[in-house]
Amino acid sequence: MDFNLTEQQKMMQKLFREVAENEVKENAADVDENERFPKESVEVMRQSKMLGIPYPREYGGAGADYLSYILAVEELSKKCATTGVVLSAHTSLGTWPIAQFGTPEQKEKYLRPLASGEKLAAFGLTEPNAGTDAAGQQTYAVKDGDDYILNGTKIFITNAGEADVYIIFAMTDKSKGTRGISAFIVEKDTPGFTIGLHEKKLGIRGSATSELIFNNVRIPKENLLGKEGQGFKIAMMTLDGGRIGIAAQALGIAQGAIDEVIPYVKARKQFGRSLAKFQNTQFQLANMQTAVDAARLLVYKAAMAKENGEPYSVLAAEAKLFAAETAMDVTTKAIQLMGGYGYTRDLPVERMFRDAKITEIYEGTSEVQRMVISGAMLK
Amino acid sequence: MKIAVLVKQVPDSTEITVDKNTGTLVRDGVPSIINPDDLAGLEAALALKDKDDSVEITVISMGPPQAKGMLQETIARGADHAVLLTDRRLGGADTCATSRTLAAALDKIGYDLIIAGRQAIDGDTAQVGPQTAERLNIPQVTYVDEIIELTPEYAVVRKALEDEEQILKVKLPAVLTTLSGMNKPRYMNCMDIVDSFNNPVQIMTYDDLVDILPQNEIGLAGSPTKVHRTFTKDVSAATETFDLPAQETAELIAKTLKDKQLITK
Repeated sequence: MDFNLTEQQKMMQKLFREVAENEVKENAADVDENERFPKESVEVMRQSKMLGIPYPREYGGAGADYLSYILAVEELSKKCATTGVVLSAHTSLGTWPIAQFGTPEQKEKYLRPLASGEKLAAFGLTEPNAGTDAAGQQTYAVKDGDDYILNGTKIFITNAGEADVYIIFAMTDKSKGTRGISAFIVEKDTPGFTIGLHEKKLGIRGSATSELIFNNVRIPKENLLGKEGQGFKIAMMTLDGGRIGIAAQALGIAQGAIDEVIPYVKARKQFGRSLAKFQNTQFQLANMQTAVDAARLLVYKAAMAKENGEPYSVLAAEAKLFAAETAMDVTTKAIQLMGGYGYTRDLPVERMFRDAKITEIYEGTSEVQRMVISGAMLK
Repeated sequence: MKIAVLVKQVPDSTEITVDKNTGTLVRDGVPSIINPDDLAGLEAALALKDKDDSVEITVISMGPPQAKGMLQETIARGADHAVLLTDRRLGGADTCATSRTLAAALDKIGYDLIIAGRQAIDGDTAQVGPQTAERLNIPQVTYVDEIIELTPEYAVVRKALEDEEQILKVKLPAVLTTLSGMNKPRYMNCMDIVDSFNNPVQIMTYDDLVDILPQNEIGLAGSPTKVHRTFTKDVSAATETFDLPAQETAELIAKTLKDKQLITK
């Protein structure tokens, strides 16, 4: 057992830290305040080949390992959770299904521009009446000659409008239930496909979260991903991996909050001494860092299991559950330690607190993670 | 087109410790970075490579073994090769011995164009680039802030002086020394990081140069510069105090600056 990063992973981490510190950090408050997509950070990620970290060279990826990608989400999220989720949704949710289930032609046409960063990806599963109960898909696709005709609405879709390529799930045979769901690759400019209402959110406010509306959208049959009826399996497997990305986002938010608190408690004086001299501060910090380090071990372990081709569904659920709840707890305590200043938008911890909440909800709520974990225990 | 880029690893801190016996810098344990002017030189070379696939970049540094990490990072930024000149016999070299050694290494490695940073933030001599050009008996342009054109025969560059700019055409091979403000160095990238682990930094020692470089010209023994003491100079200047109305104060300031030739009008 070796708990150390490899030399290559350490060098990757150094790059991600430089990008986060020099490029992402300065825009984080503006991205949040003005609910704007962090385009300039995405451009730096593209130039640094961060948009296809775990994908093969033959399709334009960096050919690195899965943990390196997870380190990227963690480091970006320390400074800006919005930027972290842009990378996670693109890499784990939008690109991975094509890398895993795509035909050679689909990989050439879609994986290459996505892994090289030329294009951005998104994933559309959630519907107004199909959230945690994803099997209740009402979007449907009907075969028509060499095409499918797609109709329906998706909601809460990350990277909506910014992405060029969308993985969309739709019923192709309602009588078969979850085995009647299929996955499609849909291009942004396909006639009949429009971006709907932009959600105003509590946190990750710069992340583009919108409806996707499909009105008689004609999809060539070459864009069916996997086989007809495989969609639910593709969605669930994709989310298993996506959860490691969100766990890394939560981990980054939590560590980012601690990184903000430490210089503050050293500098802030009350009752004639710095806050850091009070045992309450010391014990709170110790609890916060211990929880974050425990979360980090779970997240890295899940990432390594995925990298090594081992089962990772339960590990990913544990990592996301624990990291998300840790992020919520640590950011709450961080504000408490910083008092009134921490509550204001002059300091970044209040944003981190708002950003943390979503990690307990999207890509499977904490309740879903508990279902996955206990389901495996009681099997 | 073979471009050699000379880089130096420097302490990332103003806290530089000095060996009391030799008067040279103690590098161990100090966080290190690529010297900023050199990093600009590397970026200038990489920008040329972006435009021309035939450009092949070799980054060369002379320094202690730990400089290998910095050189690997230059490959992770897009350089093709990296060479570390490291040998105890080369240690303690001043700029004269360093430039002799670099020139010998450059003769072995080959070059069409050599780019070096103007000066290092630790020594601040600005001597190694020009001295290397002299050793190689090739032209040099210092204080370059833009490479305007590069052909196999010549380069057109802009030289930034304090009060003027010069556009110069220089025959190749040549040495250019670059300024850190000339560009924004790119980051490492994930693809080149992976590749940097399959493209190890080549190590060169004095053994590789012994046929063209006599031993009495290298290292501490080959260095005419002897550092007796390193200290921070106290700032002291004679001051005069005036108590005058605003108009007269302004006139006095203007006259004084003009007398000292700090302003012209």
